[in-house]
Amino acid sequence: MIYPYIPHTDEDRKIMLEAIGLSSMEELFSGLSEDILLSDSVPISHGRTEDEVQRMIDSIAQRNVRGIPFLGCGCYDHIIPSTVEALSSLPSFVTAYTPYQAEMSQGLLQAIYEFQSMICEITSMDVANASLYDGANAASEAASLMVGAKRHASVVLVSSTLHPFTLQVLQTWAKGTGKSLRIVKEKDGVVDLSLLSSLLDSTCAGLIVQSPNRYGLLESYEGVAEILHEQKALFAISNDPLSLAMQKSPGQWNADIAIGDTQSLGLPLAFGGPSCGFMAVKEALLRKLPGRLVGLTEDGKGRKGFTLTFQAREQHIKRERATSNICSNQALAALMTTIHLSSLGWDGMLEAANQSYAKAHYLAYHLAQLPGMTLVWDKPFWCEFPLVFSDSKRLRKFMQELRNEGIFAGVRLSTLTRKVKDELVLLVAVTEKRSREELELYLAAARRVMK
Amino acid sequence: MRETLLIEQSKQGRKAYCFPPLDLPKGFQQALPPLPESIRREQPARLPEVSELDVVRHFTRLSTMAHGVDNGMYPLGSCTMKYNPKLSEHIAKMDAFTKIHPLQDVSTTQGSLSIMFNLLEDLSSITGMKWGTLQPCAGAHGEYTGLKMVKSYYEKRGETGRTKILIPSSAHGTNPASAMVNGFAVVSIGSNEKGQVDLEDLEAKLDDSVAAVMMTNPNTLGIFEQNILLISKMVHAHGALMYYDGANMNAILGMATPGEMGFDVVHLNLHKTFATPHGGGGPGSGPVMVNNTLRPFLPKPDILLTDSGYVLDWDGEDSIGKVSMFWGNFLVLLRAYVYILRMGSEGLRSASAHAVLNANYVAKRLCDVCEIPYGEQCMHEFVISLEEYRQNNGVRAQDIAKALIDKGYHPPTMYFPSLVSEALMIEPTESESLETLDAFILAFRSILAQAKEDPEYVKGAPYTTPVGRLDEVKAIKEPNLRY
Amino acid sequence: MSKIMENLRYSKDHEWVRIEGDKAYVGITDHAQHELGEIVFVELPPLGEQYRKGEEISTVESVKAASAIINPVEGVVHEANEDLDGSPELINEDCYAHHLYILTSFSQADYDELLDAKAYQAYLETL
Repeated sequence: MIYPYIPHTDEDRKIMLEAIGLSSMEELFSGLSEDILLSDSVPISHGRTEDEVQRMIDSIAQRNVRGIPFLGCGCYDHIIPSTVEALSSLPSFVTAYTPYQAEMSQGLLQAIYEFQSMICEITSMDVANASLYDGANAASEAASLMVGAKRHASVVLVSSTLHPFTLQVLQTWAKGTGKSLRIVKEKDGVVDLSLLSSLLDSTCAGLIVQSPNRYGLLESYEGVAEILHEQKALFAISNDPLSLAMQKSPGQWNADIAIGDTQSLGLPLAFGGPSCGFMAVKEALLRKLPGRLVGLTEDGKGRKGFTLTFQAREQHIKRERATSNICSNQALAALMTTIHLSSLGWDGMLEAANQSYAKAHYLAYHLAQLPGMTLVWDKPFWCEFPLVFSDSKRLRKFMQELRNEGIFAGVRLSTLTRKVKDELVLLVAVTEKRSREELELYLAAARRVMK
Repeated sequence: MRETLLIEQSKQGRKAYCFPPLDLPKGFQQALPPLPESIRREQPARLPEVSELDVVRHFTRLSTMAHGVDNGMYPLGSCTMKYNPKLSEHIAKMDAFTKIHPLQDVSTTQGSLSIMFNLLEDLSSITGMKWGTLQPCAGAHGEYTGLKMVKSYYEKRGETGRTKILIPSSAHGTNPASAMVNGFAVVSIGSNEKGQVDLEDLEAKLDDSVAAVMMTNPNTLGIFEQNILLISKMVHAHGALMYYDGANMNAILGMATPGEMGFDVVHLNLHKTFATPHGGGGPGSGPVMVNNTLRPFLPKPDILLTDSGYVLDWDGEDSIGKVSMFWGNFLVLLRAYVYILRMGSEGLRSASAHAVLNANYVAKRLCDVCEIPYGEQCMHEFVISLEEYRQNNGVRAQDIAKALIDKGYHPPTMYFPSLVSEALMIEPTESESLETLDAFILAFRSILAQAKEDPEYVKGAPYTTPVGRLDEVKAIKEPNLRY
Repeated sequence: MSKIMENLRYSKDHEWVRIEGDKAYVGITDHAQHELGEIVFVELPPLGEQYRKGEEISTVESVKAASAIINPVEGVVHEANEDLDGSPELINEDCYAHHLYILTSFSQADYDELLDAKAYQAYLETL
């Protein structure tokens, strides 16, 4: 019997068993007692050929329906240069493990070093790690970092305008650990920082905010770092990194921790994963930074080379004293971001961000003219904005009408929060990838419904 | 040999990509106000300005300074570096999957949801569990999720005094770290002379403050814990749960299930056992499978099959909540699903049988030149000790590992588990042929012979790589972590 | 073969304590520095903070290990040894000449409970 991906012939098995001193393959499992060994095969299907699997998948794939996505909420349809897929598919990148053996992994290590550098540049921070699982997990790692960095502090302040899923991941993080979240409420769609002083006390380890926030609105953090630092609390800002081509960076707000997800920089929608979390910090927090870190050093002959470094921070050394359990990162996704940014350069990044801004505002401006929906808050936004409908029947009709045109009109906020009060809010995302024709198609359909 | 940083190849004005021009009405463009100055960024970030060919050559050259399974044998113990099928890669690039947004209406994502649902069904069968979650992005993330569920389970029962996780001393460092981040204390259990859990020590440490015992089976020495049924019984008798770290699942596919062994919660590593690529350290995927005891605590949302198709179910009131941004690393799940479809139940069973065959064959052919402290028969991997080479020749495990690089092999896992001095952990996987194994054995033996004849040479390895051994002290004392 | 000084007191976590007037000097023992290997970083505790006995107060790091410093006597951090900031290897050179930090208002009772040189020697032999 020939099994896929197993090279052994009958003769090979015979030679090998003989060398080991066994007479059958079954004897390899003699360490497992009868009451553990399965008597039947596990109830999954029989194997298939490549062609059969491809046909089966093709038929499943037909049950996915594509449309023109005006969907965002943490996952955006930006333009991705063809270099990204081509180069990130090179087999020695794809099939390697974590570059533990620096001498034979210089290429991978250098790519990570370039990733770290680019994240530092974009966020205006000192040190970035090799990536984290995703943006939501970057937030919970930031929360862990904060709590670990301040004595007798177990409370993390979080803005109510964080992405609802980020907030949910943070709530899971706090569950059962003696740590807690304290919500800083919003006003007019952005975090209400006038509440900060009254919420902040010595038990608070820090604050996490997000811009663009859950509504797509941009927030201002003037003076926030100073208030927090006075209480020895840390300041973390989560950003869509592409937006940092236009809006002030965490470093410019004097934040201690920059977090987010690089999905908007070269990663496909992919039903939401894999994406790639990032974290960058001020130099003073270097040793508190979770995850892998690559550094440049020298070998015995003075040749420059890259290596995993500061490993004493990590779980495999610190074990139960580690403040994070993360082992791996999202290396291949980080590589895609690195190739993407290498292809775009700063000019390209700025172009993508500016065009997204312009197109989103074009659509928002014209939609705001229609009856039955409003752009409720007069706050700056970038590529995503909240439309509030007067009643849910019209909202549903609106979405259906656009669906009929092949357009996914937006995400209802209640999809993320499961709250009735959010049912009338539709979040619409517009990237540089949406053509003028697609925008006009959207507007025409909208005008038909919202007369 | 060294490739310069791309930023060093930068030349102002050069471009690798051009966007289509903005085609909005001119009047609108002129009237559009910029962001308010108070929140506007002015300073550019330093990113490369290079041509498309520069980008292509740069990353292509970097890829030649990396070693994956596609380049050669990668016997990195506990990491299961098996072949990653090209079919999975091909399918994971299909537009029908890459261009689907996670928040599309479920009526438009039935294909992706069905893959996730069917994968959960198959993984339940393979592990002997009832259901699970695909949200965790890695093995460690799976541990985090599984232990969070354990915590919630006891809180729900009002047994808040269960604050400890018992973990064998040979366990991977992630296990205690995962316990710690969930607010548990860690108590280590000793090993007996066979490298298995010391039952007396376990019995002494089991009481009503223990929440769970966390084990891999086979354990990190590559040895099957023969008393596993007894251990499960003891642990359950004390009201505690059994946690299975699936790092070594590749040894028992289709032969045995964690469920039959008495485990209550299992995390898998799809990037090990189910042949999805490691990608240089991720993205992986760490599904968590559970029996009915823990099922109510699974993360949200669950995937259900209803009369109207697959739906995301957010109701579970005892759920620990979300652990990832969306639904998990879907493209990794897809690759694993393709692998399972290809292999089928017999294929998976055969994979494990041949993984065990390969490990035992290599062990047998090396045991006369190096010590295998917990010898006899191993499962899918084994651990050798090079202590005698250290004592007699001053050559350490790391030196042997580095010498293997010169022969074109990725070294085995070094200095783990700590139970064994000068340890190398070798996991050939089922993917390697007899000829490849023989070549590896020959190379390994010649290095050990050289370690005796010319230890200084071995201690200077590797010689064929772009750089030699790097100064790790300098890397820390004079940190250079970015351009 | 670890070096032990006669006039110091020791904890089972391998810290030494020396009293000078109203100050308690705290460092790590020869056994501890030997176990760690080449030390690359010492995290210095914040001044003015009070630490209980048994509380983790700082971390000493080598390339492949990070060891917690468990405060051996209750007290207030009066001074952290800034010399170690740029030259952590001083601890490898002479761990008894280079303290990590100095406590004031320390607990005499905690100090009295520490091992003397002979008891510490005996303790090391059991490891």
